Amino acid sequence: MRIWDLHCHLTGLPSLTPEERAAHLLRFADRMGIERLCVYMGLRFLQNPTPAQLTQQNDEVLRAIAAFPDRLFGFVYLSAEHIEASRAELERCVADGPMVGVKLWVAGRCNDPALDPLIARAAELKALIFQHTWIKTGGNYPGESTPEDLVALSQRFPAVPMICGHTGGNWHLGLRAIRNQPNLYADLAGSDPTAGFTEAAVSALGADRVLYGSDAAGRSFASQLAKVHGAELSDAVKQQLFFSNLHRLLAPILSAKNISI
Amino acid sequence: MPSRRQFLSQTLALTAAPALARAEAATPFIDVNLHLHQWPHYRLAHDSPEALATHLRSLGVTQGWVGSYDALFQQDLATVNAGIASDCAHIAPDLLLPIGTLSPAQPGWRDDLKRCQQEHGMKALRLYPGFHHYSLSAPAFRQLLETASAAKLPIQIVSQLEDARTQHPALQAPSVDLKPLPDLLKAIPEARVMVLNANSAMLHTALQPLPNLWIDIAKLEGCGVIESLLQTWPIERLAFGSNAPFFYWQAAQLKLQESTLSPAQIQTLTQPSFLT
Repeated sequence: MRIWDLHCHLTGLPSLTPEERAAHLLRFADRMGIERLCVYMGLRFLQNPTPAQLTQQNDEVLRAIAAFPDRLFGFVYLSAEHIEASRAELERCVADGPMVGVKLWVAGRCNDPALDPLIARAAELKALIFQHTWIKTGGNYPGESTPEDLVALSQRFPAVPMICGHTGGNWHLGLRAIRNQPNLYADLAGSDPTAGFTEAAVSALGADRVLYGSDAAGRSFASQLAKVHGAELSDAVKQQLFFSNLHRLLAPILSAKNISI
Repeated sequence: MPSRRQFLSQTLALTAAPALARAEAATPFIDVNLHLHQWPHYRLAHDSPEALATHLRSLGVTQGWVGSYDALFQQDLATVNAGIASDCAHIAPDLLLPIGTLSPAQPGWRDDLKRCQQEHGMKALRLYPGFHHYSLSAPAFRQLLETASAAKLPIQIVSQLEDARTQHPALQAPSVDLKPLPDLLKAIPEARVMVLNANSAMLHTALQPLPNLWIDIAKLEGCGVIESLLQTWPIERLAFGSNAPFFYWQAAQLKLQESTLSPAQIQTLTQPSFLT
């Protein structure tokens, strides 16, 4: 079975450089049969990076993917707090660089229309948009988006596919939020491997709107792969979740960049 | 026949795990962290004795240590313990090892302990301090630990079950503060305790390797987490636990593949010495 991992980071690894950390990540990915990894954000987590820090974070990812161009895809880290700087990073890393997606984290909630120019430009570039979301019982960070925030954004761009990162963490609520918005996709990564998540996602959204990701290296590949391996789904559906859906979503930008897989 | 390690590394993550696991069913494989009955918030696959037994057999598990989700909120723990003992005995006595629940916050826990051991023949007990609202620094917990140790009953402490961030707002159970535990175990060296669902933060801030302290792997996260942990934690005090059926069982299984482990290490993990 082919496996591409939608959701990886360079944090939580013992090495010092982006190249070493990427190598470390890939050593474990190899053990688990994972062919390619999408990597975003740099050597440390910065929830509200300055423009200079955004550039540094993206430079670190650029170094990682340059070291392993046949194994890693890079997503550019953008911030709702710094629209102009983010626009420049989008041009540098995607339009003029090798990255193929956009990562938005917790600097600002994604329902803010101020993000729209970034989303519009990312869509022009065919970059795959990934927005972190959570619904935390104890309350989200001030700038942390919920799946409903992402629904609001996605309704303004109904033709643009977007990934609902973590499916809100609380997948029962996250799936309810996004199920009627056909351009939203569920990311399985970065939550405990609670049984039933994957089956519920496929039931609510259809098998073509659910994607495997791990959130490694903070999470183990093992616990996140189990969400698909352990699900009561056919091998054909598992292959969609592990590979085909992400391949399909990345195909336009890979084609535009003449990257053949 | 390949070793379990070889079989895992060659095939398990890819496709045909269940059939291949059955081929090694004769090798003892113990899961120390299982439950039966209904998770309070929604129905889980494999929560009935029949379904869990079938599931575990298909995966190659030869013994599962089973508590009851009923113990989380039902106050009559004697009835809960009788139920788990009966279910295991009637459905799969060769596979499912019933684990009784005690709460030192309840009156009558000494009677419960005697029933678990003498009537139900239980080999270990399980505690849920986060659900039953007591601290490990409470005198009653120490009394329970001393009483169980005198009766040669090992104790499993469930440090957490569900991520605090996703718990139902009206039913939140805090993670257990494990900091008092090491000193207690040093003071009561005959005690045997296994902490279930400990995470990396708990290991770094509260726990330390001790001859009478075990942990399981269900909630450990990070790339190659077992081989990383083994730099500071002895394999002899680590056990295979899945936290199924709340978690996908394969999450624990695949951790054996993600780390470089020798066949002897895997055997130690899956055949822990906790009850012996």
